[in-house]
Amino acid sequence: MNDHALAQKLIHAVEAADSSDSLLDAVKQLAAAGIEESVPTLIAALGYNNPGAAVAAVDGLIAIGEVAVQPLLELIDNYNYGARAWAIRALAGIGDFRALDTLLEAAKNDFSLSVRRAAARGLGTLRWHQVPPEQVQSVQTQVLEALLLISQDPEWVVRYAAVTSLETLAILIAIIPEQVSRITERFQQMIDTDADLGVRTRVRLAQQQIQQQPQEVLIPNKKLEGAKVPYRGGGRR
Amino acid sequence: MNSSSQNFEDLSPRGNADGESLTVEQAIANLESADLGLRFYAAWWLGRFRVCEAAAITGLIRALEDEADRTPEGGYPLRRNAARALGKLGDRQAVSPLIACLDCSDFYVREAAAQSLEMLGDPVCIPALIKLLKVGLQGEQLRSQPDLSQPYDAILEALGTLRASECIPWVKPFLEHPVELVQYAAARAMYQLSQEPVYGERLVQALNGDKLQLRRAVLADLGAIGYLPAAEAIAKTLAENSLKLIALKGLLEHQVHQTAASSLSEGAIRIMNLMDSLL
Repeated sequence: MNDHALAQKLIHAVEAADSSDSLLDAVKQLAAAGIEESVPTLIAALGYNNPGAAVAAVDGLIAIGEVAVQPLLELIDNYNYGARAWAIRALAGIGDFRALDTLLEAAKNDFSLSVRRAAARGLGTLRWHQVPPEQVQSVQTQVLEALLLISQDPEWVVRYAAVTSLETLAILIAIIPEQVSRITERFQQMIDTDADLGVRTRVRLAQQQIQQQPQEVLIPNKKLEGAKVPYRGGGRR
Repeated sequence: MNSSSQNFEDLSPRGNADGESLTVEQAIANLESADLGLRFYAAWWLGRFRVCEAAAITGLIRALEDEADRTPEGGYPLRRNAARALGKLGDRQAVSPLIACLDCSDFYVREAAAQSLEMLGDPVCIPALIKLLKVGLQGEQLRSQPDLSQPYDAILEALGTLRASECIPWVKPFLEHPVELVQYAAARAMYQLSQEPVYGERLVQALNGDKLQLRRAVLADLGAIGYLPAAEAIAKTLAENSLKLIALKGLLEHQVHQTAASSLSEGAIRIMNLMDSLL
């Protein structure tokens, strides 16, 4: 069966599902196939108020990647809050630069801690090679400022996510020494003052990882595709 | 089960929570209000925002003997909220009054008292908890009729947390209790009292159960006992990432407490890598 025929068959199964379990199975199968054509159906599944199906659809959209970004960004303006939250998680997982403003906004201001958490993580897993060289510096500054702010979120898990992203930023795109020192200073501050032992422990790991890495310097036009980007997390069950 | 039932999209003190916004003075004063609704809310609020002032403690302890607020079934809503709040405030003055609550006619007051005594961690309550646990036993056997008259899960969890290893013979029979949540609480307590992996493994097995509510409860239990071999199973189980992250954080903190402050153990790093993948 070619991709088109397979996609049609699997999309039909989603449309024909008559119970939450059969919908979940159909979405899982469609997501696993990873065919571009299925993007609209997977996006629709974010709004069915079926968490299992939404999780599977997010995984599928992340696997498909860039093609899904534009339709997801259009969905963000949608009134359906539940679907919006899932869409932000998918965008965070894909890490496409076009979602930057959406992620910045969500990480700072969304009322749901799981959305703030995912968005904070997404800021660390951005695909930097997509950023035009002349914008790299200003975008980095923007992301850094946002992450420093988010590292003060009242929820431990959002601060934890911010630490993972600050670590990535310090290792992957160290371009301006002052920026790296702002990160290391913030880490020291968190070790001294953060109320949560889990967060403080993650900061220690970040400090260790940064010390062990020879610092990459981002040269304009140098593609970073070979650089180690942290695992984006599959299986968001 | 303590943390499994609470709303994990917790209200942050940013913006206003539902209901009115209170000041500390108002909340303490409201415990004596003629309006029973205001009293009930004030008791919750003082716990939620960790108001540890002496006047709050005194007011909440007084509320444990409230007679005004009754449900049609004879329950005591204000006493329940006051008992829950006192656990969060960490003041040992509440221990004796909470022990007295273990004799209350309201099941939910007894449950809240057991949970709060667990949080306060004072071993002086152990005999009273054992006495309540023995209601479900004939000698060292479970009663032949399934007995749901006491909050056994809360009692077992408290005895485990308090490391009351003398009560292993009365905890063990509850591994066979007909209610799954009680079985899990017994496995959790047995692990804490004996450190034998077989009880941790029993909880890991339960992560494969088919009821989401129960899987959530097991996640909370594994987080509470910090059972490291469960890390991968926790990350894989079918439940919300928020709950898995909380459970893994429990494992992580347990690891950190066990190792020297200077270095991160291999186990701690393994847990954090799993956590990173769930964000």
